[in-house]
Amino acid sequence: MEIGLNHYLIVSAILFVLGLFGIITRKNAIMVLMSMELILNSANINFIAFAKYGGMNFDGHIAAMFVIVLAAAEVAVALAIVLNIYHNFKHVNIDEVSSLKE
Amino acid sequence: MSHELLLQLSIVVLLLPLLSFLIIIFNQKRLGKASGIIGTSILGIDLLLSAVIAYGKLVNYSEETIIQWKFNWFSIGNRTIDLGIGIDNLAAVMLIVVTLISFLVHLFSTEYMHGDKRFPRFFAYLGIFTFSMLGIVIANNLLNMYIFWELVGLSSYLLIGFWYEKDSASNASKKAFITNRIGDFGFLIGILIAFFAFNTFMFDEIFDQMRSGIIPFESGSILTAMGILLFAGAIGKSAQFPLHVWLPDAMEGPTPVSALIHAATMVAAGVYMTAKIFPLFTADALTFVAYTGAFTAFMAATIGITQTDFKRVLAYSTVSQLGFMVMALGVGAYTYGFFHLVTHAWFKACLFLASGSVIHAMHHSLHKLNDHHTDAQDIRNMGGLRKTMPKTYFTFLLATVAIAGVPLTSGFLSKDGILAGTLAFGNLSGHWIIPVLAFVSAGMTAFYMFRLTILSFHGDAKTEAAKMTHENNFQILVPLIVLAGLSIWIFYSFNPIDASSGWFAKSFKPVATVVPAEYQFDFILPLDNTAHNGDEHSVLNKLEEEMHHQHYTAMGLSLLIAGLAILLAFLFYQFKKINADKVADSIKPLYLFSYNKWYIDEIYQKSFIGGTILLTKIMYWVDTYIIDGIVNGVSYIIRVLGTFTGKFDLGVVDGLVNLSGGVVGFSGSILRKLQTGRVQTYLLLSVLGLIAVIWWIV
Repeated sequence: MEIGLNHYLIVSAILFVLGLFGIITRKNAIMVLMSMELILNSANINFIAFAKYGGMNFDGHIAAMFVIVLAAAEVAVALAIVLNIYHNFKHVNIDEVSSLKE
Repeated sequence: MSHELLLQLSIVVLLLPLLSFLIIIFNQKRLGKASGIIGTSILGIDLLLSAVIAYGKLVNYSEETIIQWKFNWFSIGNRTIDLGIGIDNLAAVMLIVVTLISFLVHLFSTEYMHGDKRFPRFFAYLGIFTFSMLGIVIANNLLNMYIFWELVGLSSYLLIGFWYEKDSASNASKKAFITNRIGDFGFLIGILIAFFAFNTFMFDEIFDQMRSGIIPFESGSILTAMGILLFAGAIGKSAQFPLHVWLPDAMEGPTPVSALIHAATMVAAGVYMTAKIFPLFTADALTFVAYTGAFTAFMAATIGITQTDFKRVLAYSTVSQLGFMVMALGVGAYTYGFFHLVTHAWFKACLFLASGSVIHAMHHSLHKLNDHHTDAQDIRNMGGLRKTMPKTYFTFLLATVAIAGVPLTSGFLSKDGILAGTLAFGNLSGHWIIPVLAFVSAGMTAFYMFRLTILSFHGDAKTEAAKMTHENNFQILVPLIVLAGLSIWIFYSFNPIDASSGWFAKSFKPVATVVPAEYQFDFILPLDNTAHNGDEHSVLNKLEEEMHHQHYTAMGLSLLIAGLAILLAFLFYQFKKINADKVADSIKPLYLFSYNKWYIDEIYQKSFIGGTILLTKIMYWVDTYIIDGIVNGVSYIIRVLGTFTGKFDLGVVDGLVNLSGGVVGFSGSILRKLQTGRVQTYLLLSVLGLIAVIWWIV
């Protein structure tokens, strides 16, 4: 079976949907962060796939690199926030973290 | 004396009694007994000024019809309302009559009302009464006259009801006022017709316009109606049939009031007014006036014969004499009508004040005897007063002789003129009933006046009280003597049997009628006198000529009748040759008819008063059952409608509102669930929405 663009896109879509599902359903902030990483990685797969089959040379690679760097920075900040939440609430259940709302 | 001075003096004369009223009414406690002296002295000054005015008018300006002053009160639309005052010969003499009698009544009252708890107020009321009466006298237009006319009504109400603690007095004052109002209503309509037609209230302007041919609505019958309506005011004020009922009841007032109001002033106002508007009476109106007067004179005389209350006899005698005056004006004997007004004022005031003197003395002796049941005014309790009160008796007798029409008195002169006038009128117009009624009434007058004199003054005292009476002091006697003195012929004419050559008749020549010839008796119309101009014996019209012809017939007849009547009175009551009671028994129905005053009060009670009460009852019924029924029905319907709309409101309108509220609340409660505040839910929804959009696009 020839591995083509569609296979990549399908894997990417499955990853995206799994990430989306995780974001929507998980109560745990860590799990939500991990699901966001899944979505970012599904986007990276798309970038690479279109770079290879779309004739865009290194443009896709560069974008994927930016995403990886951005994800690392984002995870660092988000984890810091989650740690702070844990420090204040002794849990990381995002449903119950609504003090700012009140 | 200039015109201006005369008019200024008249204003002063008018205002002085008002001043007296104002001074006394606001200082009743402070003045006390002094109010009598103040009132009397102010009236004294008033009398002197009136004498000056009368002298000035009658001597200096006797030929001038009227000295007057008019001023504009206000204008409305294109009509101007003028007021003013005027002094003509009538007014000049009336000023003296009113002020002199008012002065004497003031003087009399200082003694008569002595000890009354409202002594000052009495003098205040006398003041306002005199003021209003003088206002009528010097009015030169209908409006002024009407204003003061009503003021006289008010002040007579106050005076008649002065002893208002007595029910009879307060009822009498109400009766007088209301009865007068009935006449005044006609008077007002008459005034309004005159104003509508002539656009002025002034007597002289109305007469001028009529002389130039303008009459109301160009209709003789409206002119007659106007005259009769104006005369209706006189019917009320001068107590003519059918509105005479108030006067005898008004005797409930203090006796000086009776003398003032019912002898000389208020009741004379009607005759005075009739004399003022005399030129505008048409033939029909004159006939109406003459019959009213003649019938009143006759009716009141028949009632006077049987009354037993001293003042009531005098009251009916007044009504009868007023009938004479009105009749005189009606038959065109203008001069003698007014002449009788003046002479009657003196002797009737004298009679009333003498009756006051008698009643005052009777009260005193009853008081001494501790007797509170005997009526001090009933002539059956008197008798023999001649010996105890000789001065009162003498003045009373002189006035009685005058009213009976015995020669050498003023009453003879004036009554004789009137009787001649009725004869002439009967002769020329064919209305023979009038002279017949006039002569019969004159005879009855002589009879009942001598009956009164004999029963109360002659014979023996019938009660202990009458025996103990004694003469009053000078404040009561002076007015009596002055008034009795004025009943002597010499003041009016030097010839004791013919007044027409005296100054009085010369000053009051008949006035020419202003009614167009087709609506007037031809014998009242002025004759063409150019041929006799300057002649001593020139006469105004045929009636006057005829009166001269009838003069001796009238005199002979009236002397005969009066003499017979006096003789009869003596036979009945002095010598007791004929038993009065037996005669009364033999004609019992007639006697009772007269004693009960022709049942007129009862008829009014049954018809007008009963009718009014019945009407009010019917109206009450209508009000209770029909008007209230309608109101209640409407309210019931509205209540039912209200319940219905209430239900509708609750059910439908509120239901709709609640429904919409409920729908909103329900949808809100559903939609509220979307707004969870959870980011994950929003995200889910936006993903679902995105999917839906993509689905829809693809």
